[in-house]
Amino acid sequence: MRDPHVILRVVSKFLIPFIALFAFYVQFHGDFGPGGGFQAGVILAAAVILYALIFGLEAAKTAFPPSWVRIGMSLGVLLYGGTGVVTWILGADFLSYGVLAEKSYHGQHYGIIAVELGILLAVTSVMIAIFYAFGSRQPETDEGDW
Amino acid sequence: MDILSLFPAWLLEQGPAFVIVLPLLMGAIVAIMPSRTLAWWAALIVTLLCTVTAFGLLLQVYSNGASLYTMGGWDPPHGISLVVDALSAPVLLLIAAMAVVTMVYAMPATIAEVEPKKRAPFYAAFLLCFAGLMGMVITGDAFNVFVFLEVSSISTYALVAMGAARDRRALAAAYNYLIMGSIGATFFVIGLGFLFMETGTLNMADMSRILSDLDGGSRVAKVGYGFIVVGLGLKLAMFPLHTWLPGAYAYSPSMVTVFLASTATKAALYLLLRFTFTVFDPSFNYDIVVIKYVLVGVGVVGMIFASLQAIFQTDARRTLAYSSVAQVGYMLLGIGIATAAGIAAGYLHLLNHAIIKGGLFLAMGAFWYRFGITRVTDFNGLSKTMPWTMGAFMISGLSLIGVPFTAGFVSKVNLTIAAADKGWWWAVAVIVVTSVLAIIYIGRILLAAYFGSPPEIDGETVKRNEAPLMMLIPMWILVFLSIGIGSNLFGLGDNFVMASERAANLLVGIGG
Repeated sequence: MRDPHVILRVVSKFLIPFIALFAFYVQFHGDFGPGGGFQAGVILAAAVILYALIFGLEAAKTAFPPSWVRIGMSLGVLLYGGTGVVTWILGADFLSYGVLAEKSYHGQHYGIIAVELGILLAVTSVMIAIFYAFGSRQPETDEGDW
Repeated sequence: MDILSLFPAWLLEQGPAFVIVLPLLMGAIVAIMPSRTLAWWAALIVTLLCTVTAFGLLLQVYSNGASLYTMGGWDPPHGISLVVDALSAPVLLLIAAMAVVTMVYAMPATIAEVEPKKRAPFYAAFLLCFAGLMGMVITGDAFNVFVFLEVSSISTYALVAMGAARDRRALAAAYNYLIMGSIGATFFVIGLGFLFMETGTLNMADMSRILSDLDGGSRVAKVGYGFIVVGLGLKLAMFPLHTWLPGAYAYSPSMVTVFLASTATKAALYLLLRFTFTVFDPSFNYDIVVIKYVLVGVGVVGMIFASLQAIFQTDARRTLAYSSVAQVGYMLLGIGIATAAGIAAGYLHLLNHAIIKGGLFLAMGAFWYRFGITRVTDFNGLSKTMPWTMGAFMISGLSLIGVPFTAGFVSKVNLTIAAADKGWWWAVAVIVVTSVLAIIYIGRILLAAYFGSPPEIDGETVKRNEAPLMMLIPMWILVFLSIGIGSNLFGLGDNFVMASERAANLLVGIGG
């Protein structure tokens, strides 16, 4: 029997790498144009969600395990907050990126990149977590039990 | 001051950011911790550290005046600033201290009420809620308030829903709270939008300056003020907007109820004070109208109506929840009197009520822990089966009524005097009447506990079965605080009254 979704599968297989790539473009171009961690995170999560829609939730969960999601959420927050802690250790106020490098504007640059990476991680993980949570929800009462 | 020199300078300097960042980051770490005991220890240590820091900040405010912390070194009004002054510092210490009390209590309570797998995320959600509340109180940026409001609210919804392991109604209560809370937050942020439109700034101090330059501003500012009052009213369970509260308090895990009852509505009330008296000014005619007629109106109606509802509840936790709504009415009445004495009384009642209601709910959780009871009719003979817990419940209950030598008496007397000075004799009458109603709803429980005899199960009288020490210690700490404030032991009463007066003076502009 032929796969009824063969066109969807082929097209989305082509698309998913580009969606992910675009996410990273939005992430790293955020310094110069519109974009940043939040938008990039949503786009990256959309790549995984598209994969789950076309190939099924189980396939998506092997490609992007739920355990990563939980760690990613925490790690994102920690990366953001950790940047602030580093500035504390270097003797400045919380999240004063200026002290991260010898020249203040370089410091600002490094700081914002680290923070945006944290946002990317957290947003991607949270978006996927929400999708997994809704997608894998089992009805607690069977239809017949009503 | 002597004690102040014991604190490391770094902690005092960076303290305002420290009390938010520490629980926020530890929340993220605790969420992925494999060991539940380790998660509990981590959460306990975080709350302890925050309490110490908040205490240091409070002392610093009293000896050196208000301090301003700039996030990331960006000066206000462009950057986000954190403000510690005589108004916010006591509430900060209150929230942190109540978090420690509930964390100690959480060890036995959570084991009984939350599934093992969910315990580490439970503590993580608790820490996030704690960080959000601290942030709400300390920030000097109006939009930042909204962010922290949501941080604390969303984690609270999750915490309330965790009660489902022992009572499925927790899910409905959490959903109800989610809807109401989101509406409240939306109203608040719409109000902020209008204010931003009017003033072009989000920094509270800057907003206040621009608004007084505009002499209160146009209709946009008025609409914004209306939205903010309604939004915060939902969060602080102002009388007709309190419908989420009884369910959320009655069905969430005990430690969550304790923490919510003693901090969440208090933080929202603090924000109401902040917005009504510092961002807006009672000299604007719309502001004073809302204070005088709306806040006092709903406060007084809420005091009577919620007290009456408390009397007719079968579930003791719902009785206490309705009593909380009534107590919010006292605080609103204090704010509505709008003199320094009135605000001080309202503020003092805010602090006292947190301690009293915390004690009551701690005892209530212990009753459930030992016997699985919450209904008033099941309280028969509890004075014999759990004498120490019931003793704590009784003293806190008497304090709630306002019996002399307890905390409730001090704040109620101050409130009565402030109302009488203003010439509002009807308000004095309302305070007396609602205190009588409080005697009825607390008395009903005490009557069953002290004059009923323990029930018989299978022909055997229920034996004495006291709550574990980890529950009794936090309970009795709050009871002693309550008595300490009421009888002025170790100068506790004077210090609390002084703190409330300083806060009130800051608000009415006599100087901190």
